[in-house]
Amino acid sequence: MIAEYIVGLSGLIAAALFIYSLKSMSSPVTAVKGIVVAGYGMLLVVLASFFSIFNVSGEAASHLPINILLAIIALVLGGVWAAWKGKRVQMTAMPQMVALYNGMGGGSAAALAAVELLGGRYTSSLSLLIAFLGALIGCVSLTGSVIAWAKLDSRLNTYRYSQQKAVNAVLFGLTIILGLIAVINYGPDDSGIFAILFYVGALAFGICMTLPIGGADMPVVISLYNAFTGLAVGLEGYVMDSPALMIAGMVVGSAGTLLTVLMAKAMNRSLSNVLFSNFGDSTAQSSADTEQKEMKSVDPADAATTMRYAASVIIVPGYGLAVAQAQQKLYETVKLLQDAGVDVKFAIHPVAGRMPGHMNVLLAEAGVPYDMIFDMDEINESFPNTDVALVIGANDVVNPSARSDKSSPIYGMPILDVDKAHEVFIIKRGRGKGYSGVENPLFFNENSTMVFGDAQAVLSKMVEALKALKGV
Amino acid sequence: MAISSMTFLVALYIFMLAAFTGYVVISRVPSILHTPLMSGSNFIHGIVVVGALEALFHATTLPAQIIGFFAVLLGAGNVMGGYVVTNRMLEMFKPSTKTTDKTSGKRG
Repeated sequence: MIAEYIVGLSGLIAAALFIYSLKSMSSPVTAVKGIVVAGYGMLLVVLASFFSIFNVSGEAASHLPINILLAIIALVLGGVWAAWKGKRVQMTAMPQMVALYNGMGGGSAAALAAVELLGGRYTSSLSLLIAFLGALIGCVSLTGSVIAWAKLDSRLNTYRYSQQKAVNAVLFGLTIILGLIAVINYGPDDSGIFAILFYVGALAFGICMTLPIGGADMPVVISLYNAFTGLAVGLEGYVMDSPALMIAGMVVGSAGTLLTVLMAKAMNRSLSNVLFSNFGDSTAQSSADTEQKEMKSVDPADAATTMRYAASVIIVPGYGLAVAQAQQKLYETVKLLQDAGVDVKFAIHPVAGRMPGHMNVLLAEAGVPYDMIFDMDEINESFPNTDVALVIGANDVVNPSARSDKSSPIYGMPILDVDKAHEVFIIKRGRGKGYSGVENPLFFNENSTMVFGDAQAVLSKMVEALKALKGV
Repeated sequence: MAISSMTFLVALYIFMLAAFTGYVVISRVPSILHTPLMSGSNFIHGIVVVGALEALFHATTLPAQIIGFFAVLLGAGNVMGGYVVTNRMLEMFKPSTKTTDKTSGKRG
């Protein structure tokens, strides 16, 4: 009886701490404290859950010593592996790592439903139905996240074939039917074959659903699976009679859904568009006329000199900067410009990097203070009064055809108005297209000048040039 | 503990309140914190490990023990990974040196 209260109360405290911690994360000042607080909550509730061994009775009691040993081994193995991976992962690889951890959570929810099924502990068909629903969502989240991880880690390519949508729909329908049959058949003399097939179907559906989604849409998908896992955890929480799981799961479920919608909106893609249509198929139809125009290009040192004598510079970094590992060099350049009295700001598009906010993390890693970094909405009106805009490794998020060209696949996506700055420098490795394969007329504009080269090399030359100017 | 002793209606109330809470809390987060936030919420749903632990404690057959073991393993990975990664990201967010001086001055 007392054990039950300890488990219940610690769950209540943890749930409160989780909500408080999410709230703290609304400001960079309190965010670190927030995650630490959530950590205490988690520690408390995990330790307290060991008190539930006092409630184990009957047949399970004889297995308890082995089960406790298994639990401790699993906790240590899983925890140490994940912590070790998490400490070592590069900041650029963060989105796929989050995807992987999220998939593990989904898998855990699905597996826990399976254990309860095997134990035959369901009393009503309603809780059975909810357990299956949670298992379905958890399975999709598990395999879907693994596919998303593999894609972002460049281990897997997008895979499409004709009639894919129909095949996926049939697979989904089949899985649902199998689940319903398993629910109806459930009983002491059920062989469980339908439940097993249901699990196989659900896992396969997660793979099939994620395979055709393009790499550019992956952040939205990861966020969606994050919400999925939350929902699965919430549903299994009902089945396990644990309000803490229900609250934590559902809070993440709704917050994750909102975050997913915000991300999709920032990319001007509706959620159904991301999931059920193929992006990037309609490339190279438009903008035939822009190809005749010439790109101007300039030496890195000249570009640096221009910025040195400008009053204001806005820097627009993209994922290409992180690929070149040039954040440190960039900040070095910025500090030299600031020493020379130039007003320097960073402008970040909501989907810069591989995930909203990813670029902020990458810049923070290089030591850039967060009050130098501005959102798209905050900074867009300052571009017309800015002397120089410096674009590094970004492409689609500064593509003016998103504003004007209705035939462009990215038409309607909100962009950073760099083309309105007096002068635009674009550091780019080659003349190729961006991640989504869309042509960018910005590169051919009157006030645009290309600086060709690897971001790291170009910025090194800029630093040299700026240091030389300082010596004069 | 018995499975689902609470009525389904009470469960729906809890779900409804939790869903609103999540919505309200997130809608105030600036976009610069979206990645750590996704990671942080990822950590929070790692609480599933608690359910997995309880399921494993009640396991009586070998298949249930094996699947329960994996449920705890995956859940533990979710929790630890989510925490480490979120903490690493958030610790990097620093204000300009001017403001840091102010806060460190207060402390000293």
